[in-house]
Amino acid sequence: MFELVVFSLLNGLVFGLLLFMLSSGLTLIFGMMGVLNFAHAGFYMLGAYLVFTVTQHAGFVPALVVVPVLVGLLGAVVERQGLRRVHRFGHVAELIFTFGVAILVTEIVQFVWGRPAKRVEIPAFLDFPLFQLFNASFPAYKAFMLVVSVGMFVFLFAILTRTRAGLIIQASLTHPGMVAMLGHNVPRVFMVVFGIGCALAGLAGVIAGPVLGTFPGMAQVLGSIVFVVVVIGGLGSLSGALVASILIGVVQTVAVALDVSIGSALAAAGVVLDPTGFLHELTSVTVAQIAPILPYILLVVVLIVRPTGLFGTRET
Amino acid sequence: MSTPAGATTRPLAVAGARGRWLRGSGVWLLAALVVALLPVVIRTPVAVPVMNQMGIAIVFALSYNMLLGQGGMLSFGHAVYFGLGGFIAAHALNHAGQGTLWLPLPLVPLVGGLGGLLFAALFGSFSTGRSGTVFAMISLGIAELMAASSLIFNEFFGGEEGITANRTKAPLLLGLEFTTDRQVYYLIAFWALVTTALMYAFSRTPVGRMANAVRDNPERAEFVGYSARWVRYVTFCASGFFAGIAGGLFAANYEILTAENMGLNASGSVLLMTYIGGIGYFLGPVLGAIVFTFLQSMLSDYTDVWLLYLGIVFLATVLFVPMGLTGIVVMHGAVWRARRLGRLVLPYLATAAALAVAALGVVGLVEMIHVLVSAPVSRGTRRLFWVLVNVRTVTPWVAFAAIAVAGVLALRWTMPRAGAAFAEASRPGDAR
Repeated sequence: MFELVVFSLLNGLVFGLLLFMLSSGLTLIFGMMGVLNFAHAGFYMLGAYLVFTVTQHAGFVPALVVVPVLVGLLGAVVERQGLRRVHRFGHVAELIFTFGVAILVTEIVQFVWGRPAKRVEIPAFLDFPLFQLFNASFPAYKAFMLVVSVGMFVFLFAILTRTRAGLIIQASLTHPGMVAMLGHNVPRVFMVVFGIGCALAGLAGVIAGPVLGTFPGMAQVLGSIVFVVVVIGGLGSLSGALVASILIGVVQTVAVALDVSIGSALAAAGVVLDPTGFLHELTSVTVAQIAPILPYILLVVVLIVRPTGLFGTRET
Repeated sequence: MSTPAGATTRPLAVAGARGRWLRGSGVWLLAALVVALLPVVIRTPVAVPVMNQMGIAIVFALSYNMLLGQGGMLSFGHAVYFGLGGFIAAHALNHAGQGTLWLPLPLVPLVGGLGGLLFAALFGSFSTGRSGTVFAMISLGIAELMAASSLIFNEFFGGEEGITANRTKAPLLLGLEFTTDRQVYYLIAFWALVTTALMYAFSRTPVGRMANAVRDNPERAEFVGYSARWVRYVTFCASGFFAGIAGGLFAANYEILTAENMGLNASGSVLLMTYIGGIGYFLGPVLGAIVFTFLQSMLSDYTDVWLLYLGIVFLATVLFVPMGLTGIVVMHGAVWRARRLGRLVLPYLATAAALAVAALGVVGLVEMIHVLVSAPVSRGTRRLFWVLVNVRTVTPWVAFAAIAVAGVLALRWTMPRAGAAFAEASRPGDAR
């Protein structure tokens, strides 16, 4: 049991920090432009697929650097050529635009790389068990994911709070008008932040591709969960995104490992239900089975009870 | 509203004055006549199933626009009500077939509608408190919730296979039989006309008008004395009801429902068709549903990557024609009334020709890339625009690239001229 708990927590942490890599960019973009970028997970998928191609030609380490840059540049282009145009039509139009981009990215990925899943190998120098604990081993690649995620977070935090550029970005978040008055090009700041956010998504794709699989549906699988994270954490709040990422990551990995249901709990308490009734179907659902819907239940509950999210300060 | 949030949806208020002709009974009688004669006039065998699909899509898209266009609520999970209504209708149809329930087929869509209404009343009770991003997120959460639930509750959703029904086993009403597609067509046409009229009528009721007010400025609407939440809730329930009717029609037509029908992709398509048609106009979704379904059934016959083209068309619509196809048509109303439409024929024809050339080039390139990527190495030929093309030779690439570049260059020349011609023709006064 202890072993299960430790490994679930570790895996949850890895998954949660991966989620954070996506949600940090998303929440920054939201804080700045007030638009939820539906295509964000699309950039993550693009990162994973680009790694597949770059690794074949140059290896994993160059891909780790090149791919996020490529994805970031693409994100900047999307912001400059698309999002800025629809901005004048309002938030709903922006949301619909990013939704369109998300569809297009999925289609382009299928178009270029085909429908079947691609296999991205874990690089050989990271493909060994890092340590053994109660007869189960923890792969080095997961530790690598952990290190990259934490490194990224420290880097982002340092830039945002310790540099002049970060100061301007933070000011543009809250007082865009004033920052523009001081002579800064606020639209360009937005473009850069959008690009960086997309680059982070691309980086997440790079390190997640080998373990979570590289297939055309990967954006949809993770995309909705990232939304959940950002909304639960509070839209625009970076620390909220971190807490919610780890929360969702741990909840999901722990729930998957739990093979108990209301029915089994009732049976343990001595209550046996009629196995043909509807109630039986409802109670025989195990926690592992409802693991995929747990984040959404959490989302709906949070939005009803506290629409600003855990750490957020505003609603829309 | 000082923010431009309502900008895209604003034309509806204008359309209210112009759309008055929809009030007359003549238009509806004419529509009924056209709809009744369509399968008689179009005699190709594939036409009727496609028209059935269109009818269902029209009801669904109109119900979606009650939310987005009229109420300003962007939903990413509208297919939930379509799908749940459809599932309930399919179960009801099965009960009717077993004789445990007296329910003739023509009334099945109504059962679907009540099912949609039931769930809209349930989910709407907590999701309509706010519009904007929060509403969109809750709708997405509910959609994901239902998608995941469909894998858990096998009894109701039928798991992977879905729920099948048999419409011919239902008891007859007035001796009406529904064995062929053509007979079902008239059922769908009837319901599509009735629901369209009802939804139009809804948009004219005080609550429908208040929905517009709440969309544009909820704060002011509250000051007038209306609860924005209540107005949104009523709109949401009505929308869920009509989506459920569409789902019921789907169950009657296809006799099968799967979890896919209420998935995210289904919700995405209804957003796509509504937006392409034009969310600012009552008839926009109708046009959008017809065009979308037509493209869907035609394009998918010719190419595997039709979704890619559809995505491009959608993005182009959002970027360049946010008022949608109907918006373009309505824009030319003034020109038509001034009898100056003739002046636009030449510049528009030139633009259309340039667009066709550009599209020819781009589509050619896309299809060649597709063959190159997906076909086995031994095969590299494909019939493209009546020409057999070998993608492993250089000539077709150069040719299609040249066509694409020529088309784009021509577009850059013709587009400003067409725009100038339109501006000139729509200038008030000087009517001859």
